[in-house]
Amino acid sequence: MHKLVPAAIALALVLPVGALADTSSDIASLRQEMDSMRAAYEARLQALEQRLQRAEAAITPPAPSVAAAAAPRAVVASGPAVTAATPTAPASAAPVVAPVLAEAAPATPQVASAGGGANAFNPSVSLILSGLYTRTSQDPARYAITGWQLPAGLQVGPSTRGFSLAETELALAASVDPWLRGAANISLAPDDKVSVEEAYVQTTSLGEGFSLKAGRFFSNVGYLNAQHSHTWDFVDNPLAYQALLGTQYGDDGLQLTWLPPLDQYVELGAEVGRGRSFPGSDSGRNGAGMTALTAHAGGDIGASQSWRAGLSMLNAKADDQLLLATNAAGGAVTDLFNGRTRVWIADAIWKWAPNGNATRTSFKLQGEYLRSTRTGNLVYDIGNTDRPGAYRAAPSGWYVQGVYQFMPSWRVGLRTEGLDAGTPDYGPNAASFAGGGFKPRKNTLMIDFNPSEFSRVRLQLAQDRAREGITDNQLFLQYQMSLGAHGAHSY
Amino acid sequence: MTNRHCLFTLLAAPLLLFALPAHAALRVFACEPEWGALAQELGGSLVEVSVATSALQDPHQIQAKPSLIVRARNADLVACTGAELEIGWLPVLLQQSGNAKVQAGQPGNFAAADYVRKLDVPGQPDRSQGDVHAAGNPHIQTDPRNIALVAVALGARLRQLDPAHAAQYEKAQADFAQRWQQAMARWTAQAVSLKGVPVVSQHKAFVYLYDWLGMKEVAVLEPKPGVEPTASHLQEVLSSLKATPARMVLYSAYQDSRPSEWLGKNAGIAVVKIPFTVGGSEGAKDLFGLFDDTLARLLVASAKP
Repeated sequence: MHKLVPAAIALALVLPVGALADTSSDIASLRQEMDSMRAAYEARLQALEQRLQRAEAAITPPAPSVAAAAAPRAVVASGPAVTAATPTAPASAAPVVAPVLAEAAPATPQVASAGGGANAFNPSVSLILSGLYTRTSQDPARYAITGWQLPAGLQVGPSTRGFSLAETELALAASVDPWLRGAANISLAPDDKVSVEEAYVQTTSLGEGFSLKAGRFFSNVGYLNAQHSHTWDFVDNPLAYQALLGTQYGDDGLQLTWLPPLDQYVELGAEVGRGRSFPGSDSGRNGAGMTALTAHAGGDIGASQSWRAGLSMLNAKADDQLLLATNAAGGAVTDLFNGRTRVWIADAIWKWAPNGNATRTSFKLQGEYLRSTRTGNLVYDIGNTDRPGAYRAAPSGWYVQGVYQFMPSWRVGLRTEGLDAGTPDYGPNAASFAGGGFKPRKNTLMIDFNPSEFSRVRLQLAQDRAREGITDNQLFLQYQMSLGAHGAHSY
Repeated sequence: MTNRHCLFTLLAAPLLLFALPAHAALRVFACEPEWGALAQELGGSLVEVSVATSALQDPHQIQAKPSLIVRARNADLVACTGAELEIGWLPVLLQQSGNAKVQAGQPGNFAAADYVRKLDVPGQPDRSQGDVHAAGNPHIQTDPRNIALVAVALGARLRQLDPAHAAQYEKAQADFAQRWQQAMARWTAQAVSLKGVPVVSQHKAFVYLYDWLGMKEVAVLEPKPGVEPTASHLQEVLSSLKATPARMVLYSAYQDSRPSEWLGKNAGIAVVKIPFTVGGSEGAKDLFGLFDDTLARLLVASAKP
């Protein structure tokens, strides 16, 4: 009671003050609102006045040419649709015509040429066209990586010889609403198969550096994994990606990335997914078949250099994964793997361009190291021997590549890479496999010519020693073209 | 106890009024130096400006590098040219920034080209025409009248984002507008002799400058926008100059000077390096210096026999 009384008095004293503060802050905010409204109108008025002056100045030249005098009238009458008329006007008249022409455009000059109507909200569409000529000294149908057990459907090595269509990629992207954007990449394979490479929605509004993606996407592990094939610097992905991540790891799930509030670039990411592809296997379980953690940091060194480096980890579960292998006798067998795989990836890239202007010359050096541990059990020779046993392997792979743009439109690149199957522990199946110890190696040289930002022709030569005792000399001639929306590429 | 909590809350509440305006300066991330300089003119000490590119870089071709992503992440306002100039890199920056405030359509996303009348708007955009921009020529900063228009819009945007300092922004804007009008009057008077002067451009980057000064572009060294000049096209331009002579050839500070120098030597005309944006030359230290220096260079070149 004693305490309540002074409290009540204090409350009674404070409340009106609070109320006063409220009204005065209300007034202040109202005033601010009015001020900003007034400012906005003033801005528009000033802009309109200036336009009017310019229009008047342009319409009344001392002695206008016939074309210049006629064109504005025609344009004003029929609106922006006639903009095509400008290029045909004589060069001398163009500067006079142009200002007047644009005056006819609406006051809010937002993308008037977007096409209006129902199509105005169409997503941006781009289509990548790509084709190959391949020449190899060994038959690609018999391509294998000695000492490695990989799933049957996995594409490793060159796909075919001679002329072939490469992947055709259709990309669609647009804002969903003020809070989300969506994108899809549909891949049309040369064998007429259609696959959904990526199809996701992504938040734009979480703020605080957070971004959430849901759907199918390429995992953010490593450097090359998230990049679409048309942005690769070589025709093919490194062997390490082919043998450890099934060329490129994509999954259905969720991806959360966060940029902490720092002046230094740090990006942290976490992913959960179905585990639908190698090194996982699609098993339809309720839980996550894949989890991944990524961390990247980057920055500039002066005006001419920039870098990014990172460490990622990907876990995937495999149930009844069929693997093609070669046994000690040199025969082809199919094994069955059950277990889990953990892939660690360290990646780094360094780019240089004089004063940060990559138009004329630039250089980039990148490298990644991938190490995978597969633990579980392996049933040897399905359908014949059917012998189960514990299995543990720690294969690894790496590549280093440099790409130098020595003059506008021309680049040359060199890549060297290697694989190490490690010393797998086959348990009771040990006697069925050869000792191994062979380390595949590959060196690749490429030169590409980019007539514009949207087209590229590339020649690639490679010496591939993925098979023990066999050297495959490969030649590729490739074109990659982009139609439609101007793509924006990540670093 | 609960009463006392209420009391403390009531007493503490007004403190929030002091706490809120005390936050750090408005962080402006400008895509090009001209908008960084303009934001600095209009915001003074109220803004903290960071510029993504320098005058020595081609604004069409910038990489969405980590240092830019982190600056976009921390920005309150992203001020860019728009009109697809930054289409190859800004969308990636914004996507990866995780910053809701600066996404397209938000008050924190400002595109200067939305507030000016654009030239070279293609009727039927097609890439056979080179790297054309469907929204029109994006190099709007070469006309000081455009700077004036953008200043009005950017000032309004700063007041909208930071209403607590609206009066200060308004004052800075009025001050800038006055100085700019005076400068424009001076430049216009200085540039009278440039009216009608025929010129060659290396890239179609100066249409707004020509529109302002009444200069006439008779040829372009790039066969198509964004395509590097070829030897055969340079020869064509050289021979076309016999029929329609030009007085000078212009290129931007970030460009390779060799095509312009080749033409200058072979056609016997002046070669002019245009600073193009703030920082593009010794003299172009700020927006005023940019136009002072641009005009000085053009006048020197046009005075040559």
